[in-house]
Amino acid sequence: MKALCWNGINDLRVETVPDPVILNPQDAIIRVIMSSVCGSDLHLLGGYIPTMKAGDIIGHEFIGEVVDIGKEVKKLAKGDRVVVGSIIGCGECSYCSTGAWSLCDNSNPNAALLEKVYGATSAGIFGYSHAFGGYAGSHADLIRVPFADKGAFKIPEGLTNEKVVFASDALPTGYMAADMAGIQSGDIVAVWGCGGVGLMAIQCAYLLGAERVIAIDRIPERLRMANEIAHAEVLNYEQVDIQEALKEMTGGRGPDRCIDAVGMEAHSPGIDYMYDRVKQTLRLENDRPIVLREAAVACRKGGTLSVVGVYGGFIDKFPMGAVMNKALTIRTGQMHAQKYIPKLLTHLAQNELDPSFLLTHLWPLSRGAEGYDMFKKKKDKCLRVVFTPN
Amino acid sequence: MLENKSGDSSAIHIPPATGSSIINIGTGERIASVLGGLALASLGVRNMKKGKGIALLLGGGYLLTRGLVGYCAVNHALHRNTVSKNASAIQVSRAFTINKPRAEVYAYWRKLENLPRFMKHLSEVKETDATHSHWTAVIPRGLGTVSWEAEIVEDRADEYIFWQSLPGSTIDNAGEVTFKDAPGQRGTEVHAIISYRLPAGDVGALAAKLINPVVELLIQEDLRRFKNILETGEIPTAEGPSGRLQDKVRSKLKKFKQSYQHHNYEGPMLERH
Ligand SMILES: NC(=O)c1ccc[n+]([C@@H]2O[C@H](COP(=O)([O-])OP(=O)(O)OC[C@H]3O[C@@H](n4cnc5c(N)ncnc54)[C@H](O)[C@@H]3O)[C@@H](O)[C@H]2O)c1
Ligand SMILES: [Zn+2]
Ligand SMILES: [Zn+2]
Repeated sequence: MKALCWNGINDLRVETVPDPVILNPQDAIIRVIMSSVCGSDLHLLGGYIPTMKAGDIIGHEFIGEVVDIGKEVKKLAKGDRVVVGSIIGCGECSYCSTGAWSLCDNSNPNAALLEKVYGATSAGIFGYSHAFGGYAGSHADLIRVPFADKGAFKIPEGLTNEKVVFASDALPTGYMAADMAGIQSGDIVAVWGCGGVGLMAIQCAYLLGAERVIAIDRIPERLRMANEIAHAEVLNYEQVDIQEALKEMTGGRGPDRCIDAVGMEAHSPGIDYMYDRVKQTLRLENDRPIVLREAAVACRKGGTLSVVGVYGGFIDKFPMGAVMNKALTIRTGQMHAQKYIPKLLTHLAQNELDPSFLLTHLWPLSRGAEGYDMFKKKKDKCLRVVFTPN
Repeated sequence: MLENKSGDSSAIHIPPATGSSIINIGTGERIASVLGGLALASLGVRNMKKGKGIALLLGGGYLLTRGLVGYCAVNHALHRNTVSKNASAIQVSRAFTINKPRAEVYAYWRKLENLPRFMKHLSEVKETDATHSHWTAVIPRGLGTVSWEAEIVEDRADEYIFWQSLPGSTIDNAGEVTFKDAPGQRGTEVHAIISYRLPAGDVGALAAKLINPVVELLIQEDLRRFKNILETGEIPTAEGPSGRLQDKVRSKLKKFKQSYQHHNYEGPMLERH
């Protein structure tokens, strides 16, 4: 089959690789219909997540059709059109069974490695480095899905591919961001980052009862979408002082809930950007915590920081004093796909959410490398490129 | 990791020195043992991920110390006699929580014939009567098999199993597993202590020290597979069309680990032997 393979930093190529086969009784093989880029892939391209290996197939946000199932797969049948969560969970360990699917004990074949560095393993993730399991990703004709009954959900009739593909990753992540924020009526929510994840977080924050949402980015078309489609008030951090602006817009209190939908590759016009950039380049620091710092200072006393932007390692100069003395709550995690997807499919079917505007480019997989280059550099108003391998 | 921290659990058992701990080999054989031992042990390290490594390692460690200890006996007989008897035991202690009822977890382990399903170095365990069993481990690449007899010394239903190899085994070994209810309805805490004895003496102790961390990892992964099987009925794998350059990744993994260890606090809990 054809697949988009990582070959080194910023080196992607479409290659011919062997077809996947059923290896375990709960596996399914899915023929990929649509497979999207995600901001998380940029961390792989930039070399910020170690343990990638040349030839690894990337991609983790996808829908497809079931073409083969293992003997313990009970809920799926050949021909089913399914959306698959990007994170793999067994459904049986104490974490999965309490809804914390991304903390699964049993889905990462390289658990020992993460245990060494994080003290415990996280779940396996499709196409997301060997530390996170070494699973082949979805930018391919076919993909093997372990624990398929748990992670692959039948798509209700009438939902278009364009609308449902983001229920794999961007939408549940945005939803979890809003969920973890603990929004109460009257709350003002600030969202850093207007990529696919941030835009979904804005929509879900309203769905969960936010009074107002303020979105922060610098890319004009993304800010426009945040405003016109997702109905957020917007701030361009290159044009205004974020701390001042947020104070002013919240009666001097600061936002009640702050969502980080940017993560470790945050950019900033300020001096701290150069500091972090240099340290990150020298690998003295893995992550640039610009948004985390900004949010901790901006947040109102007793408020919540909800972090879905991805961090991989260590950060510097985190204002713990602000967190402690303002009694902030920090909640974070890779998203629990299997917990949220069923609920989100209902919201989609009832038109309470519609992420299809994220799909700005529908391209064949043969243009994979070009697609990532465009997405990375945010060219041609690209929000998400979605590939159609078959 | 939880070395000697089994809390209230009983004293840790180390297999008594028998068979291989007695020195009785000639020079030529010793040299062959050292070379063969080194080769096997390094093969063992390289095969660790495939789960085949433990037999190679133990076989290698066994041959290695056999050869080296023999040498010591000739030249430093007095020195050797001063060494404490327990120093050359490899001992690994690990705990896992399994989200299944205690009786079920205990029963799976107690049926010793299940062990090769998750202990990768074992090819077969046959129960010969209520307390005795015959164990076989395969040394990969056609290097033969090792087998021994073991006896269940203590057995308390749903709580505790202790077995050890019978005197005269090629590799003296013992294991004890404790099963406890995990608090908060999280299933069962399984605490296993597995030990192997290498031939007595200075060099035996050194070899044990070198091999111990590797054996720790192998046993930890055995226990993880035990948990995988009990909870999900399968062992996760990512084999398939991903990745090509195995060795490049190995060195990256190593760097990744090192970069973290550099920052990590290595307190007494993490101290290794
Ligand atoms: N937790 C999860 O399970 C999960 C799932 C998917 C994605 N993610 C993470 O979410 C983050 C966003 O993903 P995405 O697909 O939307 O990525 P994206 O690259 O499309 O969007 C990131 C946005 O952040 C903006 N940004 C950069 N620096 C900023 C700053 N200082 N202030 C405000 N905005 C800033 C960029 O301009 C860009 O628009 C990534 O870190 C990704 O890894 C997490
Ligand atoms: Zn993603
Ligand atoms: Zn699980």
